[in-house]
Amino acid sequence: MKLGILVLLLIPFGVRLNAITLTVGTDAQYKSIKSALQACNDNDTVVVGEGIYKEGNLIISKKIVFIGQPGAILDGESQYEILSIKSSNVVVKGFKLQNSGFSTLNDPGAIKVYDAHNVVVENNILENNFFGIYIQYGQNCVIKNNQIHSTGTEEQKIGNGIHCWKSDSLLIIGNEVSGHRDGIYFEFVSNSLVWRNKSKHNVRYGLHFMFSNSDSYIANQFIANGAGVAVMFSKGVRMYNNYFKENWGEAAYGILLKEISDSEILANTFDQNTAALYLEGASRMIIEKNSFVKNGWALKMQASCIDNKVSLNNFFSNTFDVSTNGTVVLNSFDQNYWDKYEGYDLNKDGVGDIPFHPLSLFCVLSERNPTMMFIFRSFIVDLLDKSEKLLPSITPMNFVDEKPMMKSYSL
Amino acid sequence: MNRIARFVFVDILKNSFVIIYAVILFLLSSSVLALEDNSSKGVLSMLNIILLIVPLVSIIFSTIYIYNSAEFVELLLSQPVKRTVIWRSLFYGLSLALSLAFVLGAGVSLILFVGDLLGLFLFFIGILLTLIFTSFALLCAVWAKDKAKGIGLSILVWLFFSLFYDGLLVFGMFQFSEYPLEKLMMVFTLLNPIDLSRILILLQLDVSALLGYTSAVFKEFLGSQLGIIISFVALVLWFVIPYFYSLYKFNRKDL
Amino acid sequence: MIEFRNVVKNFGKLEVLKNISTRMEAGQSIALIGPNGCGKTTLIKSILGMVKPHSGQILVNENDIEQSIDYRRQIGYMPQIGRYPQNMTIAQVIDMLKSLRQDQSTLDHELVESFKLADIADKKLGTLSGGTTQKVSAVIAFLFNPSILILDEPTAGLDPLSSEILRDKILREKAGNKLILITSHLLNELDELVSHIMYMQDGRISFFDTLENVARKTEQAKISKAISVILKRGSYE
Repeated sequence: MKLGILVLLLIPFGVRLNAITLTVGTDAQYKSIKSALQACNDNDTVVVGEGIYKEGNLIISKKIVFIGQPGAILDGESQYEILSIKSSNVVVKGFKLQNSGFSTLNDPGAIKVYDAHNVVVENNILENNFFGIYIQYGQNCVIKNNQIHSTGTEEQKIGNGIHCWKSDSLLIIGNEVSGHRDGIYFEFVSNSLVWRNKSKHNVRYGLHFMFSNSDSYIANQFIANGAGVAVMFSKGVRMYNNYFKENWGEAAYGILLKEISDSEILANTFDQNTAALYLEGASRMIIEKNSFVKNGWALKMQASCIDNKVSLNNFFSNTFDVSTNGTVVLNSFDQNYWDKYEGYDLNKDGVGDIPFHPLSLFCVLSERNPTMMFIFRSFIVDLLDKSEKLLPSITPMNFVDEKPMMKSYSL
Repeated sequence: MNRIARFVFVDILKNSFVIIYAVILFLLSSSVLALEDNSSKGVLSMLNIILLIVPLVSIIFSTIYIYNSAEFVELLLSQPVKRTVIWRSLFYGLSLALSLAFVLGAGVSLILFVGDLLGLFLFFIGILLTLIFTSFALLCAVWAKDKAKGIGLSILVWLFFSLFYDGLLVFGMFQFSEYPLEKLMMVFTLLNPIDLSRILILLQLDVSALLGYTSAVFKEFLGSQLGIIISFVALVLWFVIPYFYSLYKFNRKDL
Repeated sequence: MIEFRNVVKNFGKLEVLKNISTRMEAGQSIALIGPNGCGKTTLIKSILGMVKPHSGQILVNENDIEQSIDYRRQIGYMPQIGRYPQNMTIAQVIDMLKSLRQDQSTLDHELVESFKLADIADKKLGTLSGGTTQKVSAVIAFLFNPSILILDEPTAGLDPLSSEILRDKILREKAGNKLILITSHLLNELDELVSHIMYMQDGRISFFDTLENVARKTEQAKISKAISVILKRGSYE
């Protein structure tokens, strides 16, 4: 009985006492990582010392803390998936992972999480890998402060920086991704937070998500990605305080929205994108308090967009503020600041007394007939736009901001 | 340069109008290029100046000058001077003087503030447009005997190339909107030196991304080295052909 | 010296020169006369190449004028109304012409001196009176000592004194075996100046004969009288 009590008392201590730290390195207890991974048990910590480890595919199948000391480099020799995490509750920290294998068959990544929850991947440096961090069927995983770089130029030959598939409740925080196909990729991922990441110079999209509902994207920077950010077939998306810059090119967007509904785009900055916000089949969106600066098109709203509210935004120095291919307007524009507004404010309430029509005739014509772009920047375009302003005949009449602001918002 | 051309050249330089032209170009170009924080926006404004003002001034000034030189031409005709030489001298003198005004007025700030290939493009296009519209002026002057008619004609020519032509294209584009017109547009570009210049420059700029797939056709052609060479050859032909046609007419004209 | 072979010129539907064939020789001083619009000026301008005939040939010294412009070195032309670049000074125009001709060995400065043009050489041509402009025209016509002188209304607009200077000059040139072609409405002043009369009407040369023959046929010594006799008679013969 006494012994029984003692054993019961010892069980929690026993667990603790059993958790040991295994060290790997040339002068350490284990010479290879593989042997350490084999020797360890759940709750152990494996610490890897300085050195380049070329051990092919490392599989973590126990819930361990896996720590790289400064200079610990895992090399995939361009052949192997470097780290496969097949257990929940794993922490991977402080490694440099480089040269993963390349295969479009099984998409090898530097770190790949298989069907696990509560995995933390933190403070790693990933270089020149096919996929960076790949999570499938993950839950409550945290990917934090990783530096993920590659030097891809062709879409087919490079994978995504952070790739998440069929996962839930992920936290993607403070990572930097560049040179991959898509910086951050979500497919069937819900209830997740993407916060303070920097995604730039990726070949395709800085952020790309599909069928991913109820996710939040906050304070990220998407700079100079081949095609900007693409958001498709999702709802309940919240995008706040992000920065979309220099996503410039014939098929580049600040954000491409396709079949999106019930989402919010608030307080973002769009700077020098070809099309800052492209909406196709978007409905019930709230687009508020954003700054659109020096974009080709600030808003490109296709005819299939309904019930979107565009209000309290700033429009500065965009070539075209708004463009649409439709004739019926089912969206509202309210109290935005338009730098092209030339109206007046007699009662000094800060709201222009005459409505602003943000749609230029040339925009309408060129949407209907793209060949019209042929006369872009020609003298006749100025004349057409001026005459349309005086006698509107082709642009949809109700495409209008009834309360244009006289002064810009400080956003 | 022969004596007559030199005389014409010096005579035009003495004309206060050309000096004002150069000064205005200088003020416009330096303010647009130096003050604009966004250099690409400055280049676009510069492009508008070059596409509008340079042709207008070149054609109208040249037309008026040729009519005002009627006496001079008459005097020379009674002398042992070939008509070809007289006409050539007028063209040389006018185009050199106007080009010089452009170079001093706009060229300097282009090289200074824009530099690189783009500045060079704008620079040469400005000069080419000067030559093209000077030769159009020769054509107008040789066609219309009366000065008022000639100046009217030259304004029409300018309006045609900078406005009506594009207007007709817009009309055509909507009439035939169901047909693929991109390739055809390429041909139409070559047929208007102002459009050709505009698109050549636009393709060098970031804003070309806004052209969408229309630009793909242009880029494929005008963006390539061969395309650029062909475009510049086309621009050269645009002043060579009208000039030689006007010369042909002048040689047969009763004075 | 100058030969017209079947020269035809139309301005639109209007036939101005109707198949002109004639020959003018050195030593002749010809009064080219006829009513307004008879084709005198067109005839002169076609010699100078300013007007291009539709058909026919014009030869100067047996050379087709379309072949080479060198024949104009031998021509001094004084237009009816001299029109010069407004901004040039007299000196500049004369210098420029000298440099164009490039044969300054036989320059004739006589008229420059007698018209006292040196005093106003720096005046711009645009500021000159009609008479002074005529003086400039005359100076230019005689300057290069040409063997053919074409003078279109030479004394029109000149003051009597200058007019007299020019007449004297023409008389001296007449003695020098040159071909002189003068048109004038003032038939009286032609009497001593010319040796031949060419009368044009409706684009044709009605007659071209020596002064003596004309006087004999009309029994009139004065050209003006002779012409009126011919006009009354209806034909020259």
